[in-house]
Amino acid sequence: MTRYLLRRLAGAALVLLALSVLVYALFYVVPGDPARLACGERCNPAQIAQVRARLGLEDGVLTQYLHFLQGVVAGRSHSTGTALVPCDAPCLGLSYQTGQQVTALILERLPATASLALGALVVWLLVGVGTGLLSALRRGGPTERILTVLTLAGTGTPVFVLGLLLLMAVCAHLQWLPFPTYVPLGEDPEQWAWNMLLPWLTLGLFESAKYARLTRSSVLETLADDHIRTFRAYGAAERTLVTRHALRGAVPPVVAVSAVDLGSMFGGAVLTESLFGIPGLGRTLIDGVRQVDLPVVVGVTLVMGAFVVLAGVLADLLHAAADRRVVLT
Amino acid sequence: MTPTADPRTTGHAPAGRPLVEVRDLTVEFDTADGTVRAVDRLSLTLDAGRALALVGESGSGKSTVAAALLGLHRGTGARVTGTVLVDGTDPAAAPPAVLRRLRGGLAAMVFQDPLSALDPYLAIGDQIAEVHRLHHPVSRRAARARAVEVLDRVGIPDAARRARSRPHEFSGGMRQRALLAMALACDPRVVVADEPTTALDVTVQAQILDLLHELRHETGTALLLVTHDVGVAAESADEVLVMRGGREVERGPVGRVLAAPAAPYTRRLLDAVPRLDGPVRPPAPPEGEPLLEAVGLRKEFGRGRSAVTAVTDASLTLRAGETLGLVGESGSGKTTLGRMLVRLLDPTGGELRYRGEEIGRLDERRLRPFRRELQLVFQDPASSLNPRRTIGDSIAEFVPRGTGGAGTRARVRDLLDRVGLDPDRLDAYPHEFSGGQRQRVGIARALAAEPRVIVCDEPVSALDVTTQAQVTALLCDLQAELGLGLVFIAHDLAVVRRVSDRVAVMRAGRIVEQGTVAEVYDTPADPYTRSLLAAVPALDPVLAAERRARRARHPELAGI
Repeated sequence: MTRYLLRRLAGAALVLLALSVLVYALFYVVPGDPARLACGERCNPAQIAQVRARLGLEDGVLTQYLHFLQGVVAGRSHSTGTALVPCDAPCLGLSYQTGQQVTALILERLPATASLALGALVVWLLVGVGTGLLSALRRGGPTERILTVLTLAGTGTPVFVLGLLLLMAVCAHLQWLPFPTYVPLGEDPEQWAWNMLLPWLTLGLFESAKYARLTRSSVLETLADDHIRTFRAYGAAERTLVTRHALRGAVPPVVAVSAVDLGSMFGGAVLTESLFGIPGLGRTLIDGVRQVDLPVVVGVTLVMGAFVVLAGVLADLLHAAADRRVVLT
Repeated sequence: MTPTADPRTTGHAPAGRPLVEVRDLTVEFDTADGTVRAVDRLSLTLDAGRALALVGESGSGKSTVAAALLGLHRGTGARVTGTVLVDGTDPAAAPPAVLRRLRGGLAAMVFQDPLSALDPYLAIGDQIAEVHRLHHPVSRRAARARAVEVLDRVGIPDAARRARSRPHEFSGGMRQRALLAMALACDPRVVVADEPTTALDVTVQAQILDLLHELRHETGTALLLVTHDVGVAAESADEVLVMRGGREVERGPVGRVLAAPAAPYTRRLLDAVPRLDGPVRPPAPPEGEPLLEAVGLRKEFGRGRSAVTAVTDASLTLRAGETLGLVGESGSGKTTLGRMLVRLLDPTGGELRYRGEEIGRLDERRLRPFRRELQLVFQDPASSLNPRRTIGDSIAEFVPRGTGGAGTRARVRDLLDRVGLDPDRLDAYPHEFSGGQRQRVGIARALAAEPRVIVCDEPVSALDVTTQAQVTALLCDLQAELGLGLVFIAHDLAVVRRVSDRVAVMRAGRIVEQGTVAEVYDTPADPYTRSLLAAVPALDPVLAAERRARRARHPELAGI
């Protein structure tokens, strides 16, 4: 067990290292000059050169990357042109555009993204697994057919269309809820929940379709197994067979896919965040890309990568807990 | 009239009526190739405390009959006609609640293939408790106590602790016991056992059959035993019903049917059963140079403290034209040894010489010239043939290069002809063949490489007795014709006796005894060999009863 965790952590470090190399490399392939953008419209070439020097863009790619790694491991100091600003490890550098520390920026934006992702997780587990279970129970009947159509429609609707429809219906037409604005959890938990409700539903329902299909097919697959026949031959009712015995077959795939989805949502569910004005990592990342703000892009990408890897480990642990045949090595 | 008041569907069997009554049962399935009649106008009766064996080859419809007793065909699209009454209840017509009471409460099924017949996620005790509670309105705690009680009754040691184990933590024999315990937990009046010992070693098989016998005498339940193994029927039934193609061929008291079969098919079936007193091969071929020689072969899996020794100090010799039988129970290391002999596994230690040359430590590149001459035939041809390739392609892959496309095709046709298959079927896919035919394809594939040594790993244990006899006869013919050295791995002592010149008995990774067939079978030196031989089912019910009594007196002979 300990060996497994150590191995996975070592693997995670390698993945993150590779990810940072990739983002750095991409950054120097795509066009765009961060110095010109940071300096503004009316800068003359001399001023731009000055900014370039301050940002460290004069150095070679390799030197810049090594500086970045040094910052992550041991911390470093940044020059603002007039003074040296210390940046403790793990230091992901300063934003080219605002000069803000990326670590601080991410910590500031993470709660909003985490609120969205975890709430959506609850929605898709309840709605998705529930729908899948119901259609497995009612297989062959009209209920299943209706659910299949809904699921297909869900898969085919883009998330922003779904979100817009919900906004129009719930906030504009029915006026059950005010148009959501983001309220941090620490400020007012009740307002936080009410305002997050629509984003959760949007993202959660959008993802539910996939989980409904996954659950349904896993349950039906398990229903064909020999051990189900055993319990049927001992007089267990059909409902018991599905809920007590076959549903467990859906646990490993649902957990595994949820882990990946959750992990990548920590990098920001861009569309949902933009639609509902949630100041999360997704919007940070998009802004970073648009402004060629390398430290921000690398920082957010690494956070996303870290969460994907961690969620994967968590999924393995849950799988092993649910199925004792699984031995983690 | 409420359904529960209908005596035809729910009443109890009136006094004087048999416990199980089946009249003119016909079961039909619709398949892509039209309607298949799996059971054709079959009738049988079974009284309380009696045991009836349904004997037949695969596809004879015997399991379909068993399933009909529990109404397991309901909702599957099968057409069931005729009458089935279990203690007065008709499983085909009873309302759902009554049907659920019948299943387990009246008639409990003990399934084959014990690994997949239990829920892999749940503790065994909990599964038995769950089934018990379906039929007895007791608390969870009481049901769990009952589960421990029945597990103890079927001989699971330390039942209270082992009840918390998951199925994969049990051995095959223990899982089969647990399934039997599950049936017991419901106090049924009929136990329907579908091939309850097919996947088990002989010593474990004997224990399970003894247990079934004891339980029947203790509780007075009736037993319907479904099996393809006539020996198993002789061990445990009062009456035998031989089935073929869904129909009854012959029925009668077990002693009479086995001693004086009336139907020719029964006689053929009995003749095909390998027996310990049956004919053996003609005397061994003259001594020649050893083809394959293993000295002190050893195999460990894993490293360091977690290393497991699968085979240790195995020494044997194989000459051209000779068959060496390798017998042992599951986990004895016979498959590991067989795979080392053809270098599918690398030996951890010891020497392996092929025609005088050391090949135990050759690297893959230098081993390549020898690969062709050392071939393997697997137990399950269904899973060792690529389902998406024609059998012709699968065989052609092993035909040595240089003959050209047309030449290869001719060679494949020749090989198919040689193993007794229609050469025109080379473009067919594996699923279009029966189990026995697929094993012939597996043999043709091994022959394609023109080998000198073939290791056959349980080549016939998945086959019916008659098919078994055909495939072993084919192997013997081919060997005589081509002068091959054969290693025949099996857990069935009677089969090994029939095909081998010499036999090696394995236990816990070691060869405990080795010698000619006469030496090992007639004068076994090792006590383990003796206990294996004592556990082989006899075809004579009187002898079987005698040996059962002897096993009861000397539990140490019953093996582990």
